[in-house]
Amino acid sequence: MATIDQNTIKHVAQLANIPITPSETESLTHDFIKTLEVVNQLQKISVQDVTTTHQVTNLKNVLRDDEINHAKMLTQEQALANAKNTHQGYFVVPRILTK
Amino acid sequence: MSDLNKLTLTQALEKLDRKQISLTDIYTDVNQAIDQNNKKLNVYLNLQDHPEKIAQSQHSHQLKGLPIAVKDNFSAIGLPTTASSNILKDYYPPFESTVTKKIKQAGGVVIGKTNLDAWAHGSSTETSDFGRTLNPRNPDYLPGGSSGGSAAAIAGDLAIAAIGSETAGSIRQPAAWCGTVGLKPSYGRVSRYGVIAMASSTDSPGPITKTVEDAALLFTIMAGHDPNDATTSANTVPNLTQELNQSIKGLKIGLLYLDVPGLETIKPIYQEQIKVLQSLGAVVEPVQALDPHYAIGVYTVVQRSEVSSNLARLDGIRYGQDRSFFGAEAKRRIMLGTFTLSKGYADQYYNLAQKVRTLFIQDFEKLFSQYDVLIAPTSPGFAKKIGSSQGAAMFGELEDMLLEPSSIAGLPGISVPCYKDNQTNLYLGLNIMAPMFREDLMVRVADAFEKNTPWNSWRNNS
Repeated sequence: MATIDQNTIKHVAQLANIPITPSETESLTHDFIKTLEVVNQLQKISVQDVTTTHQVTNLKNVLRDDEINHAKMLTQEQALANAKNTHQGYFVVPRILTK
Repeated sequence: MSDLNKLTLTQALEKLDRKQISLTDIYTDVNQAIDQNNKKLNVYLNLQDHPEKIAQSQHSHQLKGLPIAVKDNFSAIGLPTTASSNILKDYYPPFESTVTKKIKQAGGVVIGKTNLDAWAHGSSTETSDFGRTLNPRNPDYLPGGSSGGSAAAIAGDLAIAAIGSETAGSIRQPAAWCGTVGLKPSYGRVSRYGVIAMASSTDSPGPITKTVEDAALLFTIMAGHDPNDATTSANTVPNLTQELNQSIKGLKIGLLYLDVPGLETIKPIYQEQIKVLQSLGAVVEPVQALDPHYAIGVYTVVQRSEVSSNLARLDGIRYGQDRSFFGAEAKRRIMLGTFTLSKGYADQYYNLAQKVRTLFIQDFEKLFSQYDVLIAPTSPGFAKKIGSSQGAAMFGELEDMLLEPSSIAGLPGISVPCYKDNQTNLYLGLNIMAPMFREDLMVRVADAFEKNTPWNSWRNNS
């Protein structure tokens, strides 16, 4: 069984790229423990030889034709319309590499 | 004529057809109801300017220009699509969801976008970043959720019909709490294209309406294979309107979950409902199913995991604000899902949950080999008081416990109002579930049941 403490929460927040405050770290630790108590009930069920369900449709290998769908194409203007920061027709992204 | 906002979709279409009323009359009354109540109830986040003008060009189509309320997680051109989140508060989608496209092509007018739990994470509409919605039947109570705004739009007669979406309860639970009809189709029956993704393996758009026949009509318009959603089925869509006013004599109905702890007070009410179905010639028997408490664990892990993956795309670069704008509930869900999918824990949580999910699917296969449809209470009780969800990390999961087993199996269900508490003016719903892609069976039973309850007089008197 996983042990949840504030270090677990800080690590998960980093993985999920969610900024959290110290008080949120505390409340999230509490919520994680409470939620996993419910989830851990599943350990009581025997799942030996049970297959894993990933989807319920039973559809397989649904592929589309490798053709350009003009009806779904956005203009450059449409694609950029919701961006907060653009430059000469491009999205501006935060720097991730340091000099 | 007045109170035309109270008409059902079917009634409005008939009256327009016979030229007994005009679209202008309907819009006058609907707009008036919105002006009077929207501020207080917080149903619509954004409203279409002059919907009656759009409506005039639609009158020759099937829905004749009637106003439809749409949950604000469906991308619809012309209005913002926020998913009730601060991250998308100023997002204008550059494309149209398949569902709203079909509604518009059929002559429906998206009159406004309705409030929901932010990202559809919840069962109260209290986690909306834009304030809670109140239950029009009694504003001291919650409307349920996550499609609480759409259910409230119908209960408060602020639209003629509405669209919601459900992963496990988000159509049927608010429908039950608000005293409306809510239909959750089989997974893969209605396209998810253009719906803000929540839990991709269970998300199912569906109608919230004043009657079963209205739900049947909207389902028939919304459903069908969509090349833009690879999980949609190529199965022929049944014309559910043909299932109306049919006999249910001889149908075998299994009754689930009445002995689940916590349901003691509502159990006698549901035992009375069985008599209605028996009087129509159906055979109703209580039957044992896999304990729904286990479905809470399955749903919690599967839903959080899929949420963490789907919401990873929100980086604030191409649209929306950055990730610091997530509310408390979204943070909680994204992080738990990140944890249950993370190295060292995926087997213990995610893979185990997906195996128990298989057991639920097998359990329903066994039940449906003996019964045509299954019935159960939609919710373990009446609508909860406002504020109830706050600080309760598992509020939704517990309120939706009776809907989670069939939802994780992908099965369809419809909630029909079955009881009214005269003191609080609150309702209970009866959930009717059917095998995969057999919405026809559940609608036949739901329509027969509804027409033998006082629903239509309750609805019009409150």
